[in-house]
Amino acid sequence: MNFELTEEQKKFRSDIRSFLEEEVPPEHQAVFGVESEEDYRFGRSIQRKLADNGWLTIGWPTEYGGGPKGPIEQSIFSEAMGYGRVPRTGTTALNIVGPAVMYFGTPEQKEKYLPPIARAEAEYCQGFSEPNAGSDLGSLEFRAVRDGDENVLNGSKMFTSWAFRAQYIYLLARTDPDAPKHRGISLFIADVKTPGISFRPLPYINGSMAAQTYFDDARIPSSALIGEENRGWYHAMATLDFERSGLERYASVQRTFDDFVELCKTTKYNGKLLSENPIARHKLAKIKVGMEIWRLLCWKVAWMQSTGAVPNAEASVAFLHGTVQRLEFTQTAMEILGLYGTLMHDPKWSLMRGAIEGIHRESMHLHGAGTTEIHRNIIAQRGLGLPR
Amino acid sequence: MDLGLSEQQEMLSRAAREFLEAECPTTLVRELEDSDGGYSPELWRKMADLGWLGQAFPGQYGGSDGTLIDQVALFEEIGRAILPSPILTSTVLCGQTILYGGNEDQKAALLPLISRGDTIVTLALAEADAGFDGGDISVMATADGGDYVINGTKLFVPYAHVADYLLCVARTSGADSLFLIDSKTAGVNITLLHSVAKYKQHEVALQNVRVPRTNMVGQLDQGRGPLGKAVDWATVVQCGEIVGRCQKVLDLVVDYSKVRVQFGRPIGSFQAVLHQCADLRVAVDGARLVTYQAAWKLVEGRPCSEDIAMAKAFAGSASRQATAVGHGIFAGIAFTVEHDMQLYMMRSKIQEANLGDSDFHLDNLGGYMGFPT
Repeated sequence: MNFELTEEQKKFRSDIRSFLEEEVPPEHQAVFGVESEEDYRFGRSIQRKLADNGWLTIGWPTEYGGGPKGPIEQSIFSEAMGYGRVPRTGTTALNIVGPAVMYFGTPEQKEKYLPPIARAEAEYCQGFSEPNAGSDLGSLEFRAVRDGDENVLNGSKMFTSWAFRAQYIYLLARTDPDAPKHRGISLFIADVKTPGISFRPLPYINGSMAAQTYFDDARIPSSALIGEENRGWYHAMATLDFERSGLERYASVQRTFDDFVELCKTTKYNGKLLSENPIARHKLAKIKVGMEIWRLLCWKVAWMQSTGAVPNAEASVAFLHGTVQRLEFTQTAMEILGLYGTLMHDPKWSLMRGAIEGIHRESMHLHGAGTTEIHRNIIAQRGLGLPR
Repeated sequence: MDLGLSEQQEMLSRAAREFLEAECPTTLVRELEDSDGGYSPELWRKMADLGWLGQAFPGQYGGSDGTLIDQVALFEEIGRAILPSPILTSTVLCGQTILYGGNEDQKAALLPLISRGDTIVTLALAEADAGFDGGDISVMATADGGDYVINGTKLFVPYAHVADYLLCVARTSGADSLFLIDSKTAGVNITLLHSVAKYKQHEVALQNVRVPRTNMVGQLDQGRGPLGKAVDWATVVQCGEIVGRCQKVLDLVVDYSKVRVQFGRPIGSFQAVLHQCADLRVAVDGARLVTYQAAWKLVEGRPCSEDIAMAKAFAGSASRQATAVGHGIFAGIAFTVEHDMQLYMMRSKIQEANLGDSDFHLDNLGGYMGFPT
C-alpha cells in the first residue's frame, strides 16, 4: 500500500502546478465556470500552451500525440487544472470525443479529428440528452436516416453546453427504430454549420450559455459515423471510461473550500472571527473530512485505471459522493455567510468575489454524467448486484 | 501509488475471514454475551497460535513484525465477525504503550506473554470525569518508599475481570504516569458495568493499591507520551474494526434485499432500498480509504494527527449510517433479539465511542485546521 506518487510523478505535479500558477493569475481563474468571451479565450490560450508543453493530452496513447504516461499522470493533470481554477474549455473534445475516435474511428477520421483536439483548436458540444430522453437516454428519439452517402438528421437535443463555441456536435441518433432500444443507436460527429441545424439559447443558472439544438433535415456525410452503425450506445458507454476520476471537479471545489476556511480565519462578524464560532468550526471540520473522502475516492478510481482495471461502480461512488459533498459545502458556507452570501460580484461588499454564491449555484448541477439517482442505481446494480 | 493491500495482506485477510467464519459464528457471539468471561479462552489460544496477539510486536518479543496496515486488515475481519475478545485493549492499546514506553525488562517480560495470550493487560484510563477525550485524571499515585500507592476509581475498563494486569493512568506529582497493576493486588475492586451487548467493561476501584516503582511504564510524569502514541495507533485499528463491521452489515442487507420478496418483487429492486445500499457503499468505501491512509502515514512516520481524526470521525458516521440502513431495511425482523442485526448495532455504540467519537475528533480537526478554541 502506498498513498504517494513516485518522485517523477511529484516532479510532474510540481511542474504543472508552477506553470499554472504563473499562467493563470487570480483575476483569470474561473471560480465557478466560464462566463465571458474573455474567459473562454483565455482558457483556450492556456490549453494551447499546455499542448505545446505536451501536457494537454498526457493521458492519450503516444501514437495520437499523448505522453508516454498513464492514468496517474492524467489525474495529476486534472487535479492541477481544477486546483488552479483554469477556465475549462475543450473538455468534451479531450475526454470524450478524442477517445471515441481513437478507439472506434477510421484512419481518415483519426487524421481529421484528433490533431485539432490535441492542439486545443477544436471545440465540441455533445448531443446526447433530448427533451424526452434524460436519465433514460437509451429511449432517445432523434433520428438519422441513411440516404445515399449521407445521413439525414431530425429531432432535438437538450442541454447542449458549449453549443455557441463548438465547431462540432458529437451526437447519438437512432438509426434502427425496430431494434431493441440500445441496439439501434449510432454515434456521429456533425459540423454545427450544417444547414438545418439551429440553436435556441438556454442560459444556465451558473452563468454559462447552453442551447437546445434543433435538426431539421440536416444532411451529414456518412463518413461522420463513428464506429459501427447501431453500436453507438456501447461505443459511447465505453468512452465514458476514459477520464473517470473526477479529480478536476474535486480539486476546484477543494480550492474554494480552502479559500473559504482562510476567509473564516480572517473575517470578523459581530466582533468575532467567523472561525471562533464553534458551530462553524464543527461544520467546517466535517466538510474537510468529506472533501478528503472525495479526494480519496477519486484517486481510487485513477489508481484502478492505472492497474488496467475498469472502475465502474467505483467511478459512480466517487461522483455521487462528490456531488453530494459539493452541495453540502456550498449550503454550509452560505449559511455561515448569512446575508453576505446573497452578494454576487458586488465590487464593494462581496467576499471572495462572490465565489461562494457562484459555487452554490454551480452545486445545483446535481445531474452531471447522470443524476445522483442514476449513480445510486449503478452502484447498487453493477457494484452490489442488486436486481433491476 | 498503490491503494490496494499486498498479496500477503490479502492472504492474511482471507485466512482470517475463513478462520472467523468457522470459529466465530454469531451463535458464539451470543453465547459469549451470556458467559462470565465475555470471550472464548479456547479461541483466544487459537488467535495466539495464528500470531494475532503479537501481530505488530517485533520478532524479538515474540511478535510477527507486522505493520499497522496489516493490523487494520486483520481488524476489518475481526469487526466483520464482531469477535468478542480483549485483543484491542491487551495487544493493541497496552501492547503498543509498553512497546513505546516500557523499558527493556518490561518489554522482554510482558510482550511475549501478551503475544502468546498467556497474559491479558487492559488499559485503565477513563474515569467518571475524564476519558480518552480529555478531562483531568483524578486517580492519584503517591510515592511511598520504593512503591507507589494508588487511589481512585477508573471507569469503562474493558475485560478488567480477566486481565492479569491493569495499565493504569494515574496522576503523579505534576502530570500523568503509567503503572502496571497486578489485578490480584489487595485493594483492587472490579465491578462489571451493565452495558450494551453485555460488553465486559468495569468500574475499577483502587484503594491503597501498592505497586513497586519498577512497575512504572515510561518516565515519571511522562506517561502521556507513549500512551498518546499507542492511542493514535489503536484509533486507526478501531477504525478498521468499524469498517469491517459496516461492510458486513452492507453485505447482509444486500443479500437480504435480493431474496426478500414483497409486492411480488425482491425489495432490492425498489430504489428506496437500493439507494440506501448505494449510499452505504459510498460511506464504507470512504471510511476504508481514509483509515488506510492514516495507517499508511503512521507507518511511514509522517504527520498523521489530522488523518487519524478524519478517519475516526468518518468511520463513526459510516457506522451510524450502517446501523440506520441495516435496521431500516431488515425492518421488523431486525427488531427481534433472535435476528443478528441487533448484534452489530449494539457493538456499533461501543466502537463509535471508544477512543473518541466523531464530535471529539471533528473538534480536534478544527484545531488542526487552525481554528481557535
